[in-house]
Amino acid sequence: MSERSQRIVAPIVIFVVIFLAWEGLVTALRIEQFLLPKPTAILSNLVRVIRIDTADTTVLADNEAAALLRVNRLLVDLPGDISPEVLAPLEEAHIAEFRQGSRRVLLSRGVNLTPILQASWYTLKEALGGLALGGIAGVLVALATARWTATREALLPFAIAANSMPIIAFAPIFNNWFGIDNPFSKMAIVAVMVFFPLMINTVRGLVSVPPRSLELMRSYAASEFAILFKARIPNALPYLFSGLKVAGALAMIGAIVGEYFGGPRIALGVFITQEAALFRFASAWAAIFSACLMGISIYLLILLAERLAMPWHSSFRE
Amino acid sequence: MTEPVVLLDSVDKTFGDGTANQVHALKNINLSIGRNEFVSLIGPSGCGKSTLLRVIGDLISPSAGTAQINGKNARQARLDREYGMVFQAATLYDWRTVAKNVQLPLELMKYPKEKKEQRTREMLELVELSDFAGHFPWQLSGGMQQRVAIARALAFEPSILLMDEPFGALDEMTRERLNLELLDIWRKTNTTVVFVTHSITEAVFLSTRVIVMSARPGRITQDIPIDLPQPRGVETRENVRFFELETQVREALRESERPTP
Ligand SMILES: Nc1ncnc2c1ncn2[C@@H]1O[C@H](COP(=O)(O)OP(=O)(O)O)[C@@H](O)[C@H]1O
Ligand SMILES: [Mg+2]
Repeated sequence: MSERSQRIVAPIVIFVVIFLAWEGLVTALRIEQFLLPKPTAILSNLVRVIRIDTADTTVLADNEAAALLRVNRLLVDLPGDISPEVLAPLEEAHIAEFRQGSRRVLLSRGVNLTPILQASWYTLKEALGGLALGGIAGVLVALATARWTATREALLPFAIAANSMPIIAFAPIFNNWFGIDNPFSKMAIVAVMVFFPLMINTVRGLVSVPPRSLELMRSYAASEFAILFKARIPNALPYLFSGLKVAGALAMIGAIVGEYFGGPRIALGVFITQEAALFRFASAWAAIFSACLMGISIYLLILLAERLAMPWHSSFRE
Repeated sequence: MTEPVVLLDSVDKTFGDGTANQVHALKNINLSIGRNEFVSLIGPSGCGKSTLLRVIGDLISPSAGTAQINGKNARQARLDREYGMVFQAATLYDWRTVAKNVQLPLELMKYPKEKKEQRTREMLELVELSDFAGHFPWQLSGGMQQRVAIARALAFEPSILLMDEPFGALDEMTRERLNLELLDIWRKTNTTVVFVTHSITEAVFLSTRVIVMSARPGRITQDIPIDLPQPRGVETRENVRFFELETQVREALRESERPTP
Protein backbone atom coordinates (compact mmCIF):
# COMPACT_ATOMS: atom_id res chain seq x y z
CA MET A 1 0.00 0.00 0.00
CA SER A 2 1.33 3.41 -0.88
CA GLU A 3 2.05 5.87 1.88
CA ARG A 4 -0.61 8.18 0.59
CA SER A 5 -3.46 5.68 0.58
CA GLN A 6 -2.28 4.48 3.96
CA ARG A 7 -2.72 7.98 5.30
CA ILE A 8 -6.31 7.98 4.11
CA VAL A 9 -7.22 4.40 5.04
CA ALA A 10 -5.78 4.47 8.56
CA PRO A 11 -8.14 7.12 9.96
CA ILE A 12 -11.13 5.39 8.34
CA VAL A 13 -10.19 2.09 9.98
CA ILE A 14 -9.80 3.83 13.34
CA PHE A 15 -13.16 5.52 12.90
CA VAL A 16 -14.90 2.23 12.11
CA VAL A 17 -13.23 0.54 15.08
CA ILE A 18 -14.34 3.31 17.45
CA PHE A 19 -17.86 3.20 16.04
CA LEU A 20 -18.14 -0.55 16.51
CA ALA A 21 -16.56 -0.50 19.96
CA TRP A 22 -18.92 2.24 21.10
CA GLU A 23 -21.96 0.42 19.74
CA GLY A 24 -20.77 -2.87 21.25
CA LEU A 25 -19.98 -1.45 24.68
CA VAL A 26 -23.25 0.44 25.02
CA THR A 27 -25.13 -2.73 24.09
CA ALA A 28 -23.05 -5.11 26.19
CA LEU A 29 -23.00 -2.93 29.30
CA ARG A 30 -26.67 -2.00 28.84
CA ILE A 31 -25.92 1.65 29.22
CA GLU A 32 -29.07 3.74 29.35
CA GLN A 33 -29.80 5.67 26.17
CA PHE A 34 -29.99 8.95 28.03
CA LEU A 35 -26.50 8.46 29.42
CA LEU A 36 -24.89 7.52 26.14
CA PRO A 37 -26.88 6.71 23.02
CA LYS A 38 -25.60 4.14 20.57
CA PRO A 39 -24.02 5.65 17.47
CA THR A 40 -26.62 3.87 15.35
CA ALA A 41 -29.34 5.59 17.39
CA ILE A 42 -27.71 8.94 16.82
CA LEU A 43 -27.42 8.26 13.11
CA SER A 44 -30.95 6.96 12.74
CA ASN A 45 -32.17 10.05 14.56
CA LEU A 46 -30.94 12.00 11.60
CA VAL A 47 -33.13 10.08 9.14
CA ARG A 48 -36.34 9.61 11.03
CA VAL A 49 -39.84 10.07 9.84
CA ILE A 50 -40.89 13.58 10.45
CA ARG A 51 -42.99 14.78 7.60
CA ILE A 52 -46.60 14.12 6.93
CA ASP A 53 -47.82 15.26 3.61
CA THR A 54 -51.47 15.52 2.96
CA ALA A 55 -52.26 15.17 -0.68
CA ASP A 56 -55.72 16.55 -0.79
CA THR A 57 -56.74 18.14 2.43
CA THR A 58 -59.71 19.72 0.71
CA VAL A 59 -61.65 16.49 0.91
CA LEU A 60 -60.83 15.99 4.54
CA ALA A 61 -63.37 16.73 7.11
CA ASP A 62 -62.82 20.07 8.70
CA ASN A 63 -61.77 18.73 12.02
CA GLU A 64 -59.47 16.17 10.41
CA ALA A 65 -57.74 18.80 8.35
CA ALA A 66 -57.31 20.88 11.42
CA ALA A 67 -55.83 17.93 13.25
CA LEU A 68 -53.32 17.32 10.45
CA LEU A 69 -52.35 20.93 10.27
CA ARG A 70 -51.80 20.90 13.96
CA VAL A 71 -49.59 17.84 13.69
CA ASN A 72 -47.68 19.41 10.85
CA ARG A 73 -47.12 22.58 12.76
CA LEU A 74 -46.09 20.59 15.77
CA LEU A 75 -43.49 18.81 13.71
CA VAL A 76 -42.23 21.97 12.13
CA ASP A 77 -42.06 23.66 15.48
CA LEU A 78 -40.20 20.88 17.12
CA PRO A 79 -36.86 20.39 15.48
CA GLY A 80 -35.00 17.25 16.23
CA ASP A 81 -36.33 14.09 17.69
CA ILE A 82 -40.04 13.32 17.47
CA SER A 83 -41.28 11.78 20.61
CA PRO A 84 -43.18 8.52 20.32
CA GLU A 85 -46.20 10.23 21.82
CA VAL A 86 -46.52 12.29 18.69
CA LEU A 87 -45.82 9.54 16.22
CA ALA A 88 -47.78 6.69 17.69
CA PRO A 89 -51.28 8.11 17.30
CA LEU A 90 -50.40 9.23 13.79
CA GLU A 91 -49.23 5.88 12.69
CA GLU A 92 -51.86 3.83 14.36
CA ALA A 93 -55.05 5.79 14.24
CA HIS A 94 -55.01 8.66 11.80
CA ILE A 95 -53.15 7.11 8.96
CA ALA A 96 -55.18 3.98 8.89
CA GLU A 97 -58.34 5.95 9.17
CA PHE A 98 -57.43 8.33 6.34
CA ARG A 99 -56.45 5.46 4.10
CA GLN A 100 -59.74 3.75 4.62
CA GLY A 101 -61.60 6.82 3.64
CA SER A 102 -59.53 6.92 0.41
CA ARG A 103 -58.09 10.22 1.39
CA ARG A 104 -54.53 10.02 0.45
CA VAL A 105 -52.32 10.85 3.33
CA LEU A 106 -48.72 10.14 2.79
CA LEU A 107 -46.44 9.44 5.58
CA SER A 108 -43.11 10.12 4.02
CA ARG A 109 -39.70 9.29 5.28
CA GLY A 110 -37.88 12.55 5.59
CA VAL A 111 -34.80 13.66 7.32
CA ASN A 112 -34.40 15.15 10.71
CA LEU A 113 -31.30 16.77 9.36
CA THR A 114 -32.90 20.07 8.46
CA PRO A 115 -33.09 21.71 11.90
CA ILE A 116 -29.61 20.54 12.78
CA LEU A 117 -28.25 21.72 9.44
CA GLN A 118 -29.95 25.08 9.83
CA ALA A 119 -28.62 25.52 13.34
CA SER A 120 -25.15 24.39 12.26
CA TRP A 121 -25.08 26.85 9.39
CA TYR A 122 -26.15 29.66 11.69
CA THR A 123 -23.43 28.86 14.21
CA LEU A 124 -20.82 28.25 11.53
CA LYS A 125 -21.44 31.75 10.21
CA GLU A 126 -20.87 33.13 13.72
CA ALA A 127 -17.66 31.15 14.12
CA LEU A 128 -16.29 32.12 10.71
CA GLY A 129 -17.33 35.74 11.11
CA GLY A 130 -15.56 35.93 14.45
CA LEU A 131 -12.54 34.12 13.07
CA ALA A 132 -12.31 36.60 10.20
CA LEU A 133 -12.71 39.64 12.45
CA GLY A 134 -10.26 38.45 15.11
CA GLY A 135 -7.85 37.05 12.52
CA ILE A 136 -7.65 40.23 10.47
CA ALA A 137 -7.24 42.32 13.60
CA GLY A 138 -4.57 39.98 14.98
CA VAL A 139 -2.53 40.02 11.78
CA LEU A 140 -2.82 43.80 11.39
CA VAL A 141 -1.69 44.42 14.96
CA ALA A 142 1.17 41.95 14.44
CA LEU A 143 2.25 43.77 11.28
CA ALA A 144 2.16 47.07 13.14
CA THR A 145 4.30 45.70 15.96
CA ALA A 146 6.79 44.24 13.50
CA ARG A 147 7.42 47.75 12.31
CA TRP A 148 7.40 49.48 15.70
CA THR A 149 9.56 47.48 18.04
CA ALA A 150 8.58 49.55 21.09
CA THR A 151 4.92 48.71 20.56
CA ARG A 152 5.81 45.05 20.33
CA GLU A 153 7.82 45.06 23.54
CA ALA A 154 4.91 46.71 25.29
CA LEU A 155 2.15 44.57 23.79
CA LEU A 156 3.59 41.09 23.66
CA PRO A 157 3.71 40.27 27.40
CA PHE A 158 0.17 41.58 27.69
CA ALA A 159 -0.98 39.46 24.75
CA ILE A 160 0.68 36.34 26.13
CA ALA A 161 -1.02 36.89 29.48
CA ALA A 162 -4.36 37.49 27.77
CA ASN A 163 -3.88 34.36 25.70
CA SER A 164 -3.71 32.22 28.82
CA MET A 165 -6.99 33.58 30.20
CA PRO A 166 -10.29 31.70 29.69
CA ILE A 167 -11.77 34.42 27.49
CA ILE A 168 -14.91 32.31 27.03
CA ALA A 169 -15.82 33.28 30.61
CA PHE A 170 -16.69 36.71 29.24
CA ALA A 171 -19.42 35.23 27.01
CA PRO A 172 -22.37 36.29 29.22
CA ILE A 173 -20.93 39.80 29.33
CA PHE A 174 -20.65 39.93 25.55
CA ASN A 175 -24.20 38.59 25.26
CA ASN A 176 -25.27 41.44 27.47
CA TRP A 177 -23.30 44.05 25.54
CA PHE A 178 -24.34 43.14 22.02
CA GLY A 179 -27.71 41.49 22.65
CA ILE A 180 -28.27 37.85 23.36
CA ASP A 181 -30.04 37.20 20.03
CA ASN A 182 -27.58 39.23 18.01
CA PRO A 183 -25.12 36.94 16.24
CA PHE A 184 -22.52 39.65 16.68
CA SER A 185 -22.35 38.90 20.41
CA LYS A 186 -20.99 35.43 19.52
CA MET A 187 -18.76 36.76 16.75
CA ALA A 188 -17.26 39.22 19.19
CA ILE A 189 -16.35 36.59 21.76
CA VAL A 190 -14.89 34.41 19.00
CA ALA A 191 -12.93 37.37 17.63
CA VAL A 192 -11.39 38.11 21.02
CA MET A 193 -10.56 34.43 21.53
CA VAL A 194 -8.77 34.00 18.19
CA PHE A 195 -7.09 37.41 18.23
CA PHE A 196 -4.35 36.53 20.71
CA PRO A 197 -2.97 33.26 19.33
CA LEU A 198 -3.00 34.71 15.82
CA MET A 199 -1.32 37.92 16.82
CA ILE A 200 1.33 36.22 18.96
CA ASN A 201 2.15 33.64 16.31
CA THR A 202 2.34 36.21 13.54
CA VAL A 203 4.61 38.47 15.57
CA ARG A 204 6.91 35.52 16.25
CA GLY A 205 7.05 34.72 12.55
CA LEU A 206 7.72 38.31 11.57
CA VAL A 207 10.60 38.77 13.99
CA SER A 208 12.20 35.33 13.75
CA VAL A 209 13.76 35.94 10.33
CA PRO A 210 17.33 34.56 10.44
CA PRO A 211 19.83 37.43 10.90
CA ARG A 212 21.68 36.40 7.72
CA SER A 213 18.50 36.80 5.68
CA LEU A 214 18.15 40.33 6.97
CA GLU A 215 21.83 41.05 6.26
CA LEU A 216 21.29 39.89 2.71
CA MET A 217 18.44 42.39 2.37
CA ARG A 218 20.60 45.05 3.94
CA SER A 219 23.36 44.36 1.44
CA TYR A 220 20.86 45.15 -1.32
CA ALA A 221 19.84 48.35 0.52
CA ALA A 222 16.28 47.02 0.55
CA SER A 223 13.60 49.27 2.01
CA GLU A 224 11.75 48.33 5.21
CA PHE A 225 8.72 47.77 3.03
CA ALA A 226 10.58 45.33 0.77
CA ILE A 227 12.03 43.53 3.78
CA LEU A 228 8.53 43.16 5.21
CA PHE A 229 7.04 41.72 2.04
CA LYS A 230 9.97 39.69 0.76
CA ALA A 231 11.43 38.37 4.00
CA ARG A 232 9.27 38.89 7.07
CA ILE A 233 5.83 37.97 5.78
CA PRO A 234 6.91 34.79 3.93
CA ASN A 235 8.84 33.81 7.03
CA ALA A 236 5.74 34.39 9.15
CA LEU A 237 3.41 32.23 7.01
CA PRO A 238 4.13 28.92 8.76
CA TYR A 239 3.63 30.64 12.13
CA LEU A 240 0.43 32.25 10.93
CA PHE A 241 -0.97 28.91 9.83
CA SER A 242 -0.13 27.16 13.07
CA GLY A 243 -1.90 30.04 14.83
CA LEU A 244 -4.87 29.61 12.48
CA LYS A 245 -5.18 25.92 13.33
CA VAL A 246 -5.49 26.79 17.01
CA ALA A 247 -7.85 29.67 16.21
CA GLY A 248 -10.10 27.49 14.01
CA ALA A 249 -10.81 25.14 16.93
CA LEU A 250 -11.27 28.09 19.30
CA ALA A 251 -13.78 29.67 16.92
CA MET A 252 -16.21 26.72 17.08
CA ILE A 253 -15.79 26.46 20.85
CA GLY A 254 -16.38 30.18 21.29
CA ALA A 255 -19.51 30.24 19.15
CA ILE A 256 -21.17 27.18 20.70
CA VAL A 257 -20.29 27.88 24.31
CA GLY A 258 -21.34 31.50 23.78
CA GLU A 259 -24.71 30.13 22.68
CA TYR A 260 -24.94 27.91 25.76
CA PHE A 261 -25.25 31.14 27.70
CA GLY A 262 -28.20 32.12 25.55
CA GLY A 263 -29.12 32.91 21.97
CA PRO A 264 -31.84 32.51 19.38
CA ARG A 265 -33.52 29.10 19.06
CA ILE A 266 -31.95 28.57 15.68
CA ALA A 267 -28.43 28.51 17.13
CA LEU A 268 -26.68 25.14 17.51
CA GLY A 269 -25.61 25.71 21.11
CA VAL A 270 -29.17 26.60 22.07
CA PHE A 271 -30.47 23.59 20.14
CA ILE A 272 -28.12 21.28 22.03
CA THR A 273 -29.07 22.65 25.46
CA GLN A 274 -32.78 22.47 24.64
CA GLU A 275 -32.65 18.94 23.28
CA ALA A 276 -30.68 17.84 26.32
CA ALA A 277 -33.14 19.57 28.64
CA LEU A 278 -36.01 17.70 26.93
CA PHE A 279 -34.16 14.37 27.29
CA ARG A 280 -33.79 14.05 23.53
CA PHE A 281 -30.21 12.97 23.90
CA ALA A 282 -29.82 11.26 20.55
CA SER A 283 -30.75 14.53 18.89
CA ALA A 284 -28.38 16.48 21.13
CA TRP A 285 -25.61 14.05 20.26
CA ALA A 286 -26.33 14.41 16.57
CA ALA A 287 -26.01 18.18 16.89
CA ILE A 288 -22.77 17.79 18.82
CA PHE A 289 -21.43 15.61 16.02
CA SER A 290 -22.37 18.25 13.54
CA ALA A 291 -20.35 20.76 15.60
CA CYS A 292 -17.40 18.35 15.62
CA LEU A 293 -17.65 17.86 11.86
CA MET A 294 -17.62 21.61 11.32
CA GLY A 295 -14.56 21.96 13.54
CA ILE A 296 -12.77 19.27 11.56
CA SER A 297 -13.84 20.85 8.27
CA ILE A 298 -12.46 24.23 9.32
CA TYR A 299 -9.20 22.53 10.24
CA LEU A 300 -9.01 20.72 6.90
CA LEU A 301 -9.74 23.94 5.02
CA ILE A 302 -6.91 25.67 6.87
CA LEU A 303 -4.65 22.75 6.01
CA LEU A 304 -5.60 23.06 2.35
CA ALA A 305 -5.02 26.81 2.37
CA GLU A 306 -1.65 26.21 4.01
CA ARG A 307 -0.63 23.84 1.25
CA LEU A 308 -1.70 26.29 -1.43
CA ALA A 309 -0.04 29.25 0.26
CA MET A 310 3.31 27.62 0.93
CA PRO A 311 3.99 24.59 -1.21
CA TRP A 312 7.65 25.08 -0.38
CA HIS A 313 7.29 24.36 3.30
CA SER A 314 9.24 21.52 4.92
CA SER A 315 6.10 19.89 6.32
CA PHE A 316 5.01 18.98 2.78
CA ARG A 317 8.31 17.50 1.68
CA GLU A 318 7.91 13.97 0.39
CA MET B 1 47.50 55.38 -8.90
CA THR B 2 43.75 55.70 -9.26
CA GLU B 3 41.46 55.97 -6.30
CA PRO B 4 41.23 52.72 -4.31
CA VAL B 5 38.04 50.68 -4.51
CA VAL B 6 38.25 49.60 -0.89
CA LEU B 7 40.08 51.72 1.65
CA LEU B 8 40.19 50.71 5.30
CA ASP B 9 41.80 53.16 7.69
CA SER B 10 42.69 51.99 11.24
CA VAL B 11 39.59 49.81 11.47
CA ASP B 12 38.92 48.31 14.89
CA LYS B 13 36.01 46.13 15.88
CA THR B 14 35.14 44.93 19.36
CA PHE B 15 32.00 42.87 19.92
CA GLY B 16 30.19 43.16 23.24
CA ASP B 17 32.34 46.02 24.40
CA GLY B 18 32.42 46.27 28.18
CA THR B 19 30.70 42.92 28.74
CA ALA B 20 32.17 39.71 30.11
CA ASN B 21 32.36 38.08 26.67
CA GLN B 22 33.95 40.98 24.88
CA VAL B 23 35.77 39.96 21.68
CA HIS B 24 38.37 42.12 20.03
CA ALA B 25 37.71 40.89 16.50
CA LEU B 26 39.70 43.37 14.41
CA LYS B 27 42.67 45.49 15.39
CA ASN B 28 44.07 48.41 13.44
CA ILE B 29 43.25 47.16 9.94
CA ASN B 30 44.72 49.29 7.17
CA LEU B 31 44.01 48.01 3.70
CA SER B 32 43.80 49.53 0.27
CA ILE B 33 42.43 47.54 -2.66
CA GLY B 34 42.72 48.94 -6.17
CA ARG B 35 40.40 48.57 -9.13
CA ASN B 36 40.30 45.12 -10.66
CA GLU B 37 42.34 43.49 -7.94
CA PHE B 38 41.50 40.02 -6.72
CA VAL B 39 42.36 39.99 -3.03
CA SER B 40 42.09 36.93 -0.82
CA LEU B 41 41.87 37.07 2.96
CA ILE B 42 43.30 34.00 4.62
CA GLY B 43 43.80 33.20 8.28
CA PRO B 44 42.84 30.83 11.06
CA SER B 45 39.17 30.40 11.81
CA GLY B 46 37.86 33.11 14.10
CA CYS B 47 40.49 35.67 13.11
CA GLY B 48 37.89 38.13 11.87
CA LYS B 49 37.76 37.51 8.11
CA SER B 50 33.97 37.51 7.99
CA THR B 51 33.87 40.50 10.30
CA LEU B 52 36.22 42.42 8.02
CA LEU B 53 34.07 41.62 5.00
CA ARG B 54 30.96 42.78 6.86
CA VAL B 55 32.64 46.03 7.80
CA ILE B 56 33.45 46.63 4.13
CA GLY B 57 29.83 45.87 3.23
CA ASP B 58 28.49 48.13 6.01
CA LEU B 59 26.61 45.21 7.52
CA ILE B 60 28.24 46.12 10.81
CA SER B 61 30.00 49.34 11.67
CA PRO B 62 33.55 49.43 12.97
CA SER B 63 34.18 50.43 16.59
CA ALA B 64 36.89 52.77 15.34
CA GLY B 65 38.37 53.78 12.01
CA THR B 66 36.66 54.23 8.64
CA ALA B 67 35.79 52.15 5.62
CA GLN B 68 35.54 53.77 2.19
CA ILE B 69 34.24 52.11 -0.94
CA ASN B 70 34.75 53.75 -4.32
CA GLY B 71 35.51 57.00 -2.53
CA LYS B 72 32.24 56.99 -0.58
CA ASN B 73 31.69 56.00 2.99
CA ALA B 74 30.67 52.35 3.35
CA ARG B 75 27.07 53.18 4.12
CA GLN B 76 26.58 55.28 1.03
CA ALA B 77 28.26 52.60 -1.06
CA ARG B 78 25.85 50.00 0.30
CA LEU B 79 22.89 52.24 -0.45
CA ASP B 80 24.26 52.68 -3.97
CA ARG B 81 24.52 48.88 -4.30
CA GLU B 82 28.19 48.95 -5.14
CA TYR B 83 28.86 45.39 -4.07
CA GLY B 84 27.40 41.90 -4.20
CA MET B 85 27.88 39.66 -1.18
CA VAL B 86 28.14 35.88 -1.05
CA PHE B 87 27.78 34.66 2.52
CA GLN B 88 29.45 31.69 4.10
CA ALA B 89 26.06 29.93 4.22
CA ALA B 90 24.00 30.11 1.04
CA THR B 91 21.22 32.13 2.74
CA LEU B 92 18.56 31.32 0.17
CA TYR B 93 14.91 32.05 0.82
CA ASP B 94 13.05 28.77 1.34
CA TRP B 95 9.88 30.12 -0.23
CA ARG B 96 11.52 31.10 -3.48
CA THR B 97 12.47 28.80 -6.29
CA VAL B 98 16.06 28.79 -7.51
CA ALA B 99 15.23 31.25 -10.29
CA LYS B 100 13.26 33.50 -7.92
CA ASN B 101 16.16 33.52 -5.48
CA VAL B 102 18.53 34.66 -8.21
CA GLN B 103 16.01 37.34 -9.16
CA LEU B 104 15.71 38.75 -5.66
CA PRO B 105 18.25 41.60 -6.07
CA LEU B 106 16.91 42.34 -9.55
CA GLU B 107 13.40 42.71 -8.14
CA LEU B 108 14.66 45.05 -5.45
CA MET B 109 16.50 47.08 -8.06
CA LYS B 110 13.39 47.24 -10.23
CA TYR B 111 14.85 45.59 -13.32
CA PRO B 112 12.36 45.39 -16.17
CA LYS B 113 10.77 41.94 -16.44
CA GLU B 114 12.50 40.98 -19.65
CA LYS B 115 15.97 41.89 -18.48
CA LYS B 116 15.33 40.24 -15.13
CA GLU B 117 14.45 36.95 -16.74
CA GLN B 118 17.28 37.12 -19.18
CA ARG B 119 19.86 37.80 -16.46
CA THR B 120 18.44 34.96 -14.38
CA ARG B 121 18.74 32.57 -17.29
CA GLU B 122 22.32 33.64 -17.98
CA MET B 123 23.34 33.33 -14.34
CA LEU B 124 21.79 29.90 -13.93
CA GLU B 125 23.55 28.78 -17.07
CA LEU B 126 26.81 30.09 -15.67
CA VAL B 127 26.52 28.05 -12.49
CA GLU B 128 25.05 25.13 -14.47
CA LEU B 129 21.73 25.04 -12.69
CA SER B 130 19.41 25.79 -15.59
CA ASP B 131 17.61 22.50 -15.07
CA PHE B 132 16.85 23.42 -11.48
CA ALA B 133 15.29 26.84 -12.07
CA GLY B 134 11.94 25.71 -10.69
CA HIS B 135 13.27 23.75 -7.73
CA PHE B 136 13.10 24.91 -4.15
CA PRO B 137 16.33 25.29 -2.12
CA TRP B 138 15.63 22.23 0.03
CA GLN B 139 15.65 20.08 -3.08
CA LEU B 140 19.29 21.03 -3.76
CA SER B 141 22.56 19.83 -2.30
CA GLY B 142 24.65 22.25 -0.24
CA GLY B 143 27.01 22.86 -3.13
CA MET B 144 24.18 23.60 -5.52
CA GLN B 145 22.68 26.03 -3.01
CA GLN B 146 25.97 27.85 -2.81
CA ARG B 147 26.09 28.10 -6.60
CA VAL B 148 22.63 29.71 -6.52
CA ALA B 149 23.96 32.23 -4.00
CA ILE B 150 26.85 33.04 -6.35
CA ALA B 151 24.50 33.46 -9.29
CA ARG B 152 22.40 35.79 -7.15
CA ALA B 153 25.41 37.93 -6.20
CA LEU B 154 26.53 38.22 -9.81
CA ALA B 155 23.08 38.83 -11.23
CA PHE B 156 23.10 42.61 -10.90
CA GLU B 157 26.71 42.99 -12.08
CA PRO B 158 28.10 44.77 -9.02
CA SER B 159 31.53 46.34 -9.43
CA ILE B 160 32.72 44.72 -6.20
CA LEU B 161 32.22 41.13 -5.13
CA LEU B 162 32.58 40.29 -1.44
CA MET B 163 32.79 36.53 -1.06
CA ASP B 164 32.95 34.75 2.27
CA GLU B 165 34.30 31.24 1.73
CA PRO B 166 31.87 30.73 -1.13
CA PHE B 167 33.34 27.40 -2.21
CA GLY B 168 34.07 26.04 1.25
CA ALA B 169 31.22 23.53 1.11
CA LEU B 170 31.89 22.28 -2.41
CA ASP B 171 33.64 19.17 -3.59
CA GLU B 172 37.09 19.56 -5.11
CA MET B 173 35.97 19.16 -8.74
CA THR B 174 33.18 21.70 -8.53
CA ARG B 175 35.38 24.05 -6.61
CA GLU B 176 38.09 24.02 -9.29
CA ARG B 177 35.60 24.52 -12.06
CA LEU B 178 33.94 27.41 -10.23
CA ASN B 179 37.37 28.91 -9.53
CA LEU B 180 37.94 29.09 -13.27
CA GLU B 181 34.46 30.47 -13.84
CA LEU B 182 35.04 33.13 -11.21
CA LEU B 183 38.32 34.18 -12.80
CA ASP B 184 36.57 34.37 -16.12
CA ILE B 185 33.83 36.58 -14.71
CA TRP B 186 36.37 38.73 -12.93
CA ARG B 187 38.36 39.28 -16.13
CA LYS B 188 35.34 39.97 -18.31
CA THR B 189 33.49 42.29 -15.98
CA ASN B 190 36.22 44.41 -14.43
CA THR B 191 35.04 43.45 -10.99
CA THR B 192 37.10 43.87 -7.87
CA VAL B 193 36.93 40.77 -5.70
CA VAL B 194 37.53 40.41 -1.97
CA PHE B 195 37.57 36.72 -1.31
CA VAL B 196 37.75 34.92 2.03
CA THR B 197 39.10 31.40 1.97
CA HIS B 198 40.59 28.66 4.11
CA SER B 199 42.45 27.11 1.22
CA ILE B 200 46.00 28.21 0.48
CA THR B 201 45.86 26.68 -3.00
CA GLU B 202 42.64 28.50 -3.81
CA ALA B 203 43.99 31.81 -2.51
CA VAL B 204 47.19 31.60 -4.58
CA PHE B 205 45.45 30.34 -7.70
CA LEU B 206 42.81 33.05 -7.77
CA SER B 207 44.38 36.13 -6.33
CA THR B 208 46.53 39.01 -7.36
CA ARG B 209 47.22 39.54 -3.67
CA VAL B 210 46.87 37.42 -0.55
CA ILE B 211 46.30 39.09 2.82
CA VAL B 212 47.33 36.89 5.74
CA MET B 213 45.58 37.52 9.03
CA SER B 214 46.15 36.35 12.59
CA ALA B 215 43.70 35.78 15.40
CA ARG B 216 42.88 37.40 18.74
CA PRO B 217 42.84 40.19 17.96
CA GLY B 218 42.42 39.85 14.20
CA ARG B 219 45.02 41.82 12.29
CA ILE B 220 46.89 41.78 9.02
CA THR B 221 50.31 40.16 9.34
CA GLN B 222 51.39 39.90 5.70
CA ASP B 223 50.43 41.19 2.32
CA ILE B 224 51.76 38.87 -0.40
CA PRO B 225 51.52 39.89 -4.07
CA ILE B 226 50.83 36.92 -6.35
CA ASP B 227 52.79 37.55 -9.51
CA LEU B 228 51.61 34.52 -11.49
CA PRO B 229 50.89 35.28 -15.15
CA GLN B 230 47.35 36.06 -16.24
CA PRO B 231 45.09 34.59 -17.49
CA ARG B 232 45.35 31.68 -15.14
CA GLY B 233 44.31 28.19 -16.11
CA VAL B 234 45.02 24.56 -15.42
CA GLU B 235 48.67 25.09 -16.34
CA THR B 236 49.03 27.72 -13.58
CA ARG B 237 48.95 24.95 -11.00
CA GLU B 238 51.99 23.35 -12.61
CA ASN B 239 54.03 26.56 -12.53
CA VAL B 240 57.06 26.35 -10.18
CA ARG B 241 56.27 29.86 -8.99
CA PHE B 242 52.83 28.58 -7.89
CA PHE B 243 54.47 26.20 -5.41
CA GLU B 244 56.86 28.87 -4.17
CA LEU B 245 53.95 31.22 -3.47
CA GLU B 246 51.96 28.45 -1.76
CA THR B 247 54.92 27.83 0.52
CA GLN B 248 55.27 31.52 1.22
CA VAL B 249 51.61 31.82 2.23
CA ARG B 250 51.79 28.66 4.31
CA GLU B 251 54.80 29.99 6.20
CA ALA B 252 53.17 33.35 6.71
CA LEU B 253 50.15 31.59 8.17
CA ARG B 254 52.29 29.47 10.48
CA GLU B 255 54.11 32.56 11.64
CA SER B 256 50.89 34.45 12.26
CA GLU B 257 49.66 31.66 14.51
CA ARG B 258 52.61 32.03 16.81
CA PRO B 259 51.60 33.85 19.97
CA THR B 260 52.64 37.47 19.84
CA PRO B 261 54.49 39.02 22.74
N1 LIG C 1 27.99 39.34 16.03
C1 LIG C 1 29.01 38.94 16.82
N2 LIG C 1 28.93 39.09 18.16
C2 LIG C 1 29.93 38.71 18.96
N3 LIG C 1 31.08 38.17 18.53
C3 LIG C 1 31.24 37.98 17.21
C4 LIG C 1 30.20 38.36 16.29
N4 LIG C 1 30.61 38.05 15.04
C5 LIG C 1 31.85 37.52 15.18
N5 LIG C 1 32.23 37.50 16.48
C6 LIG C 1 33.53 37.03 17.01
O1 LIG C 1 34.53 37.70 16.32
C7 LIG C 1 35.60 36.82 16.02
C8 LIG C 1 35.83 36.82 14.53
O2 LIG C 1 34.75 36.18 13.90
P1 LIG C 1 34.66 35.97 12.33
O3 LIG C 1 34.86 37.27 11.67
O4 LIG C 1 33.40 35.26 12.02
O5 LIG C 1 35.90 35.00 12.05
P2 LIG C 1 36.29 34.20 10.72
O6 LIG C 1 35.32 34.55 9.67
O7 LIG C 1 37.67 34.63 10.42
O8 LIG C 1 36.26 32.76 11.07
C9 LIG C 1 35.23 35.47 16.57
O9 LIG C 1 35.88 35.31 17.82
C10 LIG C 1 33.75 35.55 16.74
O10 LIG C 1 33.34 34.77 17.83
MG1 LIG D 1 33.91 33.38 8.66
